[in-house]
Amino acid sequence: MFITQAPVVDLIEIQEGIYLQKLESPEIANKILPGQFLNIKVNDSVTPLLRRPFSICDIEDDYLHILFNIYGEGTKILSQKKRGDYVNIMGPLGKGFIFNDEFDLAVFVAGGLGAAPFPLLYKYLHSKKNIISFIGGKSKSEIIKYKFINYSIATEDGSEGFKGNVVELFENEIKNFLEKKIKVFACGPNGMLKALSKSIKNFNQIGYNIICEISTESVMACGFGICQGCPIQDSKNENRFYLVCKDGPIFNINDIIL
Amino acid sequence: MNEVDLSVKIGKLKLKNPILLASGTVGYGNEISDFIDLNILGGIITKSISLNPRKGNKPQRIVETSSGMLNAIGLANVGLESFINDKIPFLSKYDVPIICNIAASTIEEYVECVKALNEYDTIKAFEINVSCPNVKDGGLQFGNNISIVAKITELVRINSDKVVIIKLSPNVSYISEFAKVCKENGADAVTAINTLVGTAFNINTRKPKLSNVYGGLSGPAIKPIALAKVLEIHQTVDIPIIGVGGIMNWQDVVEFMIAGASAVQLGTLNFIDPTASINILNNLKKYCSENYLKEISQLTGTYILE
Repeated sequence: MFITQAPVVDLIEIQEGIYLQKLESPEIANKILPGQFLNIKVNDSVTPLLRRPFSICDIEDDYLHILFNIYGEGTKILSQKKRGDYVNIMGPLGKGFIFNDEFDLAVFVAGGLGAAPFPLLYKYLHSKKNIISFIGGKSKSEIIKYKFINYSIATEDGSEGFKGNVVELFENEIKNFLEKKIKVFACGPNGMLKALSKSIKNFNQIGYNIICEISTESVMACGFGICQGCPIQDSKNENRFYLVCKDGPIFNINDIIL
Repeated sequence: MNEVDLSVKIGKLKLKNPILLASGTVGYGNEISDFIDLNILGGIITKSISLNPRKGNKPQRIVETSSGMLNAIGLANVGLESFINDKIPFLSKYDVPIICNIAASTIEEYVECVKALNEYDTIKAFEINVSCPNVKDGGLQFGNNISIVAKITELVRINSDKVVIIKLSPNVSYISEFAKVCKENGADAVTAINTLVGTAFNINTRKPKLSNVYGGLSGPAIKPIALAKVLEIHQTVDIPIIGVGGIMNWQDVVEFMIAGASAVQLGTLNFIDPTASINILNNLKKYCSENYLKEISQLTGTYILE
């Protein structure tokens, strides 16, 4: 793990309200894996006080890419950074996706900004596995297709693609692939992750064996296990919480209760 | 520049410098050791240990506030047995005083924990948490009751030959009255302050942001309060004070020492910059040297009130 002052190399508004920021940190770029995250202090001030967690979106040589929208004070400050400004990064943090286990077909399911971790995961997987993706959002403006290939879209208002939520789209489409050994990788709002977990458990109850890992999120103070601020229920032991920052943020859906 | 002596004493406990890491912001040392050499520190105060493991509160446990944060962890910890078997062996590898923080729901539980841990040389002192705002049983009920604080102090003192520190609640009218009974009952020092009780609401759902409703406020927002409590104790009671509350840099450390603290604890700062003590220690040396202080301990309580 490193703590480093990283220069902002580039900031691109890839679509309305969605920013891709490139930060230079050779030491973190060399180590970070898909699904892991960075905890970023956006300025030297006590407002905002705490770091902000961001999924690693992609790596390009010594550059870390993060994807965000303006959600609060921290992301607003980040969006105003100029080339050459610095931010303080802690990382790589957490446990990433497991992608070297046995499966034939990788299925990416992304809701809104949940698109963030997939470009880097794609890099690790595309030469070895077939990949299909489902991208969802409330409406067309929420759909982030950044670096997705071979995807289908669901919008709740029907402004693009399938009318409905991304889990319904997943259920409809996955039926065509059930003869394959499937692993689902998902990131998105909690409601989406809950519905997806339920759907996959239903498939598995009738004899399929779909593996599913999800990227969870939580408010947290430190990002490396000392504040104990980000508990998530262990499904196998009711007396125990996992920590999103240290035991996750990637979990197999069988290991936790959302 | 002559070498400045940063060492301080808390009762019979000699610390190589006044920088301690506060309970609940350093776990049991292992995570933070990925970032800094623990041996540079004056000491480490463990996450509160209770007799039995505690799962802690449901999420949400943390809320950021203006220049501060609320936490309602609920004393999640591994419990006494696992602390002894799994955590002490790791901590004993370091040449840094370990202060064991103890929390309990009953007076008997404090005694049982202290008795069990007293034989371990790795532990140099106990910090008794009589002031956690985030648990339903014990916690603040004890911290607000002066006769119970007196009783707990007395019983811990009887059952341990180690340095005994009582961590006081700021959620009282006169913290110095509590410091006074701690001294009278044999405590070697007091820690001031634990977090302040606070809450926050989601304006859309009208529900509290914390599952526990109330949490403990920490961070720079509480520093002026913490300083005032340290000053109040220093002016009233002759007992070493460990100052804690919102320290973000070396200037804050100096301020706490001027107000009467013999040593300080870094808390919320560890979440943001677990390496902060390196910079703080370098600058404390520089400050002492520039102010002709051969020993940093000379700084304690040097406020000038006209």
